[in-house]
Amino acid sequence: MQRFLMASEGGHESGGMSGYISHHLTYLANKVQHGLFDINVLHLDTIFFSILCGLLFLIPFYFAARRSTAGVPGRFQAFVEMLVEFVEEQAKGMVHGKLTYIAPLALSVFVWVALMNAIDLLPVDLLPWIAHNIFHIDYLRPLPTADLNGTFGMAIAVLLLVVFYNIKVKGIGGWLHQWVTAPFGMVKITANPLTWLGAIVLAVVNALFTAIEYVGQTLSHGMRLFGNMYAGELIFFLIAGLGGTATVLGMAGHLIMGSVWAIFHILIVLLQAFIFMMLTLAYVGQAHEHH
Amino acid sequence: MNLNATLFVQLAVFFVLSWVTMKFIWPPLIAAIDERRKKIAEGLASAEKADKSLAEAKASATVVLKEAHAQASKIIEQANRRSNELVEEARGTAIAEGQRLIGAAREQVELDSNRARAELSQQVAAIAVSGASKLLGREIDAKTHADLLDKLALEIERG
Repeated sequence: MQRFLMASEGGHESGGMSGYISHHLTYLANKVQHGLFDINVLHLDTIFFSILCGLLFLIPFYFAARRSTAGVPGRFQAFVEMLVEFVEEQAKGMVHGKLTYIAPLALSVFVWVALMNAIDLLPVDLLPWIAHNIFHIDYLRPLPTADLNGTFGMAIAVLLLVVFYNIKVKGIGGWLHQWVTAPFGMVKITANPLTWLGAIVLAVVNALFTAIEYVGQTLSHGMRLFGNMYAGELIFFLIAGLGGTATVLGMAGHLIMGSVWAIFHILIVLLQAFIFMMLTLAYVGQAHEHH
Repeated sequence: MNLNATLFVQLAVFFVLSWVTMKFIWPPLIAAIDERRKKIAEGLASAEKADKSLAEAKASATVVLKEAHAQASKIIEQANRRSNELVEEARGTAIAEGQRLIGAAREQVELDSNRARAELSQQVAAIAVSGASKLLGREIDAKTHADLLDKLALEIERG
């Protein structure tokens, strides 16, 4: 940590802190980003740690599943089963339909997001330090859920699922019908031309609101997780900056505040993963409801 | 805000993870959980059944025990009665035997005393005869004085 602070502060005490933070906020990318959206850029750190967390979820759970018996379960199997039962209960409560895909999806989302969030609990300079000293990589942001690409990738995946289940449950016609009739309903069309006009206006307004609803839920879904994890990460940087002053007061502050924030962050890590799973289930569940 | 192709990679990873979970992780775990749940339900049901049969067994045991108690007390009563009878019988026999023995002893004693008395009277008679003959200075013929001797013996006997 100290190494980075010194490397980035360039001798200035005040510029050091922002330099340190902006260094930590720089992704390991294959190219320099141009504009808000650049299709040619990949954040290698986000991808690497996402897949790593995915494997950290899949491999132990796969072995637990393969060795699972109906007899007395081992401790890890009991833990996995507890999670499975918990997630299945939530899925049953939120989605009224077939759960063959949705319940496993909820489990994988919950554990995966929790694991990715948990990277935030590692010392902020540990992984960048390893990257720098062993792999000679200068920039690394290991927290995939503090990357908008990471959270929006998942939120958009959920949006695709919502579209899929809407069409699967209601049919394409039923879904389109819902676009023009919800949330404000539809006037009864009679011989009166005024009702035709009313129907068109209502259809447009309904379609607009439905579009806003889908965009809004996807944005808030991705942003909520990103915002929580990004803010948590920033506070860890600031606390680490305290220790970086190398004064007794700063280091004591680092120790105390870092401990307090890390303990509090355990709650956030799990809570945000839980909220992300519950919102996924809520949106998919809504797709199953007929209006 | 750096949005880029990472988003699509993350989207793909999302679907791969959930697909693998659906295919390889969820079904065996749910199967194990459901099977165990069934086993537990069966275990509870059989435990309940066992409880019921235990209660039944207890009830029948109580009945059997009560019967056994009744029978036992009856047997004890009978035994008591029989023992009393035996004691009474034995006492009766013993008294009879004792009396028989006493009677026999008494008879024997009488017999012996009679015999002794007869002997004694004879000896006394003989002594009397010999004494008398010495006194008279001549032989007394026992045959000629038999009447006298007998009378004497009778007197001694009476005396």
